[in-house]
Amino acid sequence: MSRLAVENRVFGTARWVVIVVLVIVTLFPFYYMVELSFVPIQDLLLNPDRLWVPIQDFTLTTYQNVLKSTADGGQGFAGFMLNSAIVAVSTAIITLVVAIPASYAVARLKFFGQRQVSTLFLAVYLFPVIIIAIPLFVGFSALGIRESLLGLTIVYIAQTIPVSVHMLRSYLKTIPVSIEEAAMMDGASRTRILTQITIPLAMPTIVSTGLYVFMIAWNEFLFALLFLTGDRNLWTVSLGLSQLAGGLEVSKTVLMAGSVLLTVPIIVLYGLTERALTEGLTSGAEKG
Amino acid sequence: MTRSTLATAAPTGGRPRRSISSRRDSRAGLTMVLPTVIIVLAIFIVPLIWNLILAFQSTSFTTIATTGIFNPFTLDNFTGVLTDPTFWASLGTTVIYSIFSTAGSIAVGLIAALALRKPFRGRGLVRSFMLLPYVAPVVAVAFVWQIMLNPQFGIINALGTKYLDWQHPIDFLGKAPYALMTVIVFEIWRYFPFAFLFLTARLLGLPKDVEEAALVDGVTPSQNFRYVVLPQIMPVIALLSVLRLIMTFNKFDDIYLLTGGGAGTEVAAVRVYNQLIGSFDIGGAAANAFVLSAILAGSLFVYVKFFAGRGEDNL
Repeated sequence: MSRLAVENRVFGTARWVVIVVLVIVTLFPFYYMVELSFVPIQDLLLNPDRLWVPIQDFTLTTYQNVLKSTADGGQGFAGFMLNSAIVAVSTAIITLVVAIPASYAVARLKFFGQRQVSTLFLAVYLFPVIIIAIPLFVGFSALGIRESLLGLTIVYIAQTIPVSVHMLRSYLKTIPVSIEEAAMMDGASRTRILTQITIPLAMPTIVSTGLYVFMIAWNEFLFALLFLTGDRNLWTVSLGLSQLAGGLEVSKTVLMAGSVLLTVPIIVLYGLTERALTEGLTSGAEKG
Repeated sequence: MTRSTLATAAPTGGRPRRSISSRRDSRAGLTMVLPTVIIVLAIFIVPLIWNLILAFQSTSFTTIATTGIFNPFTLDNFTGVLTDPTFWASLGTTVIYSIFSTAGSIAVGLIAALALRKPFRGRGLVRSFMLLPYVAPVVAVAFVWQIMLNPQFGIINALGTKYLDWQHPIDFLGKAPYALMTVIVFEIWRYFPFAFLFLTARLLGLPKDVEEAALVDGVTPSQNFRYVVLPQIMPVIALLSVLRLIMTFNKFDDIYLLTGGGAGTEVAAVRVYNQLIGSFDIGGAAANAFVLSAILAGSLFVYVKFFAGRGEDNL
């Protein structure tokens, strides 16, 4: 056989092996999470090597336990989910309100300091988050907003604005300028062009950017840990899960149910926005 | 010519029409961008400067409330950080962790992108699966990994002792050489999708004619990759390496959640956190964080100055 034929055969087979292994490796932890969330802890301890749930062991008490408030003997994840939702939704809305005009300005208008703004945004991602965490902890404590959902939201907005401006700007640049020029000829102001032409045209990207911001805020852990650990009523889902996972009081399969509740909203949103999201994030990469 | 093409042209002065409309645009641009700049300044730049001030002062949580921000300056925090052997140990751990995680995630991402290059039934679905580790909440996946690797009831140890003849369960997250290896594998698992995403996008954008011509000439798949594809995706790999190195160098969540920094996995960011929360040493933590940023900025400067010729515009 020629080298070409050998290589074609080897890579043809290797390709399928790689695909199968990758699918198993990426999906297995999620499968395991869901599997364990439906069994009582004794079953896990008795049969640690089981890869499915026999029907007689199937239970929903893990979910009841994890969702019920602490007053009712549960873990209060329903409350944590509400906190997470409040923070993530407000972050997404406020970030968009601030980032849309900014990305329009960076994409379309020439103004003093335009280049500096882009550099400033890049610089934000070069520093370890922990470096700003120290002063923010001290400063927010002094202002009295450290142990509150408001303080957390402010930090999340600042963290997500640069990436939102990047995603929106890349898209706005693809809208032909001629549309705006025509409106301008008819005497429309910048504000009117932005609200009545650009925003409707960019709506799909705006929605996917907003959902991406929601996902970042929902998943965030460090600042929730620094700011809110002291007050259980304010815990987000991520913080609640990590705090309870460290202890021995709550059984692991109950916390698996908590993990599923933390993960499912993200997977659903990701399923809805996958295409727009991947295109927004990689814009520019295909040009090399 | 319309007014807006004039407005978007560079304001070179000259005719009055141009300067009026470009000045109006300039004002509109500043107004639109101002809220963003204020927020980023207030939450990033001011804290960065403040952090620098704190690093030169002797402060802790008990004193900061009474003394405010104007304290005598001292270099004690920096000498404390630089003469502490655990600082250098954590720096070494961080470097190993960053380099292996970055190289591993890019290598796996590249293999995945190449394997999924040719269309097949269900490719779209497989692609979506590939990105799940990257989008899923870190607290949830770290917790699942902890349970999977648990020596008493974790599935990996259960299968390993049953089918692979392991004498004892392995404490993947609690013993010295394993723990660092495990957190690196976790990081590769979580971030290969990121490399996969960017490399897939780049592979899609490659011009088809070069490869078709090479195929007509009878090149083998490995030659095609080595001489045709790889040179074209090299800039993206270089960019990914820099991005991932920065991100991993600064990483906190993953290691904190998996090991808490124990068993030889205390990377720099976790050390800063433990200094802050464990010993309430604000000045020491600030100096530590500052030294880290300086090291990172220094390495980046060297990289950009001497190695990177292109690719910076594509962020």
